[in-house]
Amino acid sequence: MALTAKEVARLGELARIRLTDSELEQLAPQLDVILTAVARVSEVAATDVPPTSHAMALINVFREDVVQPSLSPQAVLAGAPSVEDGRFRVPRILGEEA
Amino acid sequence: MSDLLHTDAAELSGLLADKQLSARELTQASLEQIERVDSEVKAFLHVDADRALASAEAIDARRMAGEELGPLAGIPLAMKDIFTMTGAPTTCGSRILEGWVPPYNSTITDKVLAAGIVVLGKTNMDEFAMGSSTENSGYFTTHNPWDLDRIPGGSGGGSAAALAAFEAPLALGTDTGGSIRQPAAVTATVGVKPTYGATSRYGVVAMASSLDTPGPCARTVLDAALLHQVIAGWDPRDSTSINAAVPDVVAAAKHAEVKGLKIAVVRELGGDGYAPGVLQRFNEALAVLAELGAEITEVSCPNFDYALSAYYLIMPSEVSSNLARFDAMRYGLRVGDDGVNSVEDVMNLTRGAGFGAEVKRRIIIGTYALSSGYYDAYYGSAQKVRTLITQDFDAAFASADVLVSPTTPTTAFKIGERVDDPLAMYKADLCTIPSNLAGNCAISVPVGLSPDDGLPVGFQIMAPAMADDRLYRVGAALEQALTDRWGGPLLNQLVASPAGAYLSGGAR
Repeated sequence: MALTAKEVARLGELARIRLTDSELEQLAPQLDVILTAVARVSEVAATDVPPTSHAMALINVFREDVVQPSLSPQAVLAGAPSVEDGRFRVPRILGEEA
Repeated sequence: MSDLLHTDAAELSGLLADKQLSARELTQASLEQIERVDSEVKAFLHVDADRALASAEAIDARRMAGEELGPLAGIPLAMKDIFTMTGAPTTCGSRILEGWVPPYNSTITDKVLAAGIVVLGKTNMDEFAMGSSTENSGYFTTHNPWDLDRIPGGSGGGSAAALAAFEAPLALGTDTGGSIRQPAAVTATVGVKPTYGATSRYGVVAMASSLDTPGPCARTVLDAALLHQVIAGWDPRDSTSINAAVPDVVAAAKHAEVKGLKIAVVRELGGDGYAPGVLQRFNEALAVLAELGAEITEVSCPNFDYALSAYYLIMPSEVSSNLARFDAMRYGLRVGDDGVNSVEDVMNLTRGAGFGAEVKRRIIIGTYALSSGYYDAYYGSAQKVRTLITQDFDAAFASADVLVSPTTPTTAFKIGERVDDPLAMYKADLCTIPSNLAGNCAISVPVGLSPDDGLPVGFQIMAPAMADDRLYRVGAALEQALTDRWGGPLLNQLVASPAGAYLSGGAR
């Protein structure tokens, strides 16, 4: 399968992680080794085996629709990297022309 | 070192109840031990002595006022830095959360505080619980109290080391693939992964949600049971929490009887790749259980050979999704917010700077395994293997009450030995992963020092979901028989040895 540094960089962008060139060089062969090893799962994963996503079969766990106290805005904002006018301040979300 | 530090929580509980000992005195002793040894062991990321002493004094005052308190009221505890607790930082071993003070308590934190347990501080761990050695911590590596050049296991190496260095009699951990049991094995302490859903995940920083299981760590099986009883139970805030009565684990630990019990050795968890000394101590422990009247058999769980592969697809897939929350917007680190960079640039830069190598590896493996074109071959197949492993367990438990294996294939390896070889590191979880995939429960108890290197060996007992009491019953029986032979707990041998002199303030 031989994952290239370029492919790893693309995966990094998909996962929102900016990787340095030296990280890419290190990661590509490492990921290759790991993915080759774990690909063994297909040896026994026959079509008639149902998948398990969760050890416990629980469906639709609801609580009563009753208002419960929540955290204060101050408490929620206390750990934010940047706050403005009682809100989270975020970097620009639109392109220059927008 | 004061005898207080050697005393287990069950006995301390009696001394506190009889007012022969105050919680303050006991907490002070733990804090002094941390002061004495933690510069070498490095178990704690954060210690809050003032807070611990204040809560100990509050317990003492309540006791003096005649209030009826729970059995662990006034006992100190080391908390893995994955549980949120207000008034103290929660970092999860990551630089991306450096200095973050959570606005709420995890359910388990609330239960621990309500039980009057005194939290000493937060313990070191592999970043976001990803690792088997604490070498992936964004802060520093914790050292194994038995040999400071060796790893204390991981991810909960800080909690296990705090117990083995007598810094605390109780600790908390989380186990996604072995993060409670493997550190217990390599430090001669006791660690339990309860049934999935028996302990709440609310407020526990998520790694792989279908696998993460908080659990108790202690120096004795009974102490682990006492803590298990405090932290387990249904939590409406965790949608995968089991709404059923917690088995009486304390009674089981006191019962400690294996006569007539069917104990099956898992054939696939042994043999090639296992250290001879580990297998020797494992087999000796089996002989002890046979002498105690247990019926020892062998079972085959052929799909366990695929457990590690399935785990290293399912877990990273869940990791890639769960860790998307660290987006530099609402909490934690933010890098590159210069007014020019877009929100996506800032996310990319922050996560690139804030996550360590192993976290990046796993997020990228997960992203790959879930991507279209690869999903069926990787994640889809791994989910099928998860079914096969559960079926192997079901078949094995049809003819056995518990299954057993070594906890981990080797004793503690040297710090640095496996950092450049992720696959070698992953193999530390070979025996512990199946129980996480199936959601059942398992314990690790110490069974001696390996004749190869004089380091602790752990014995794993696995039981069906919601039969956690069996772990304690068998674990306590084994512990009792072995401590009788050793003339005391295994950790006493560390204290008495030159390598453990530093634990009592002596030179090393």
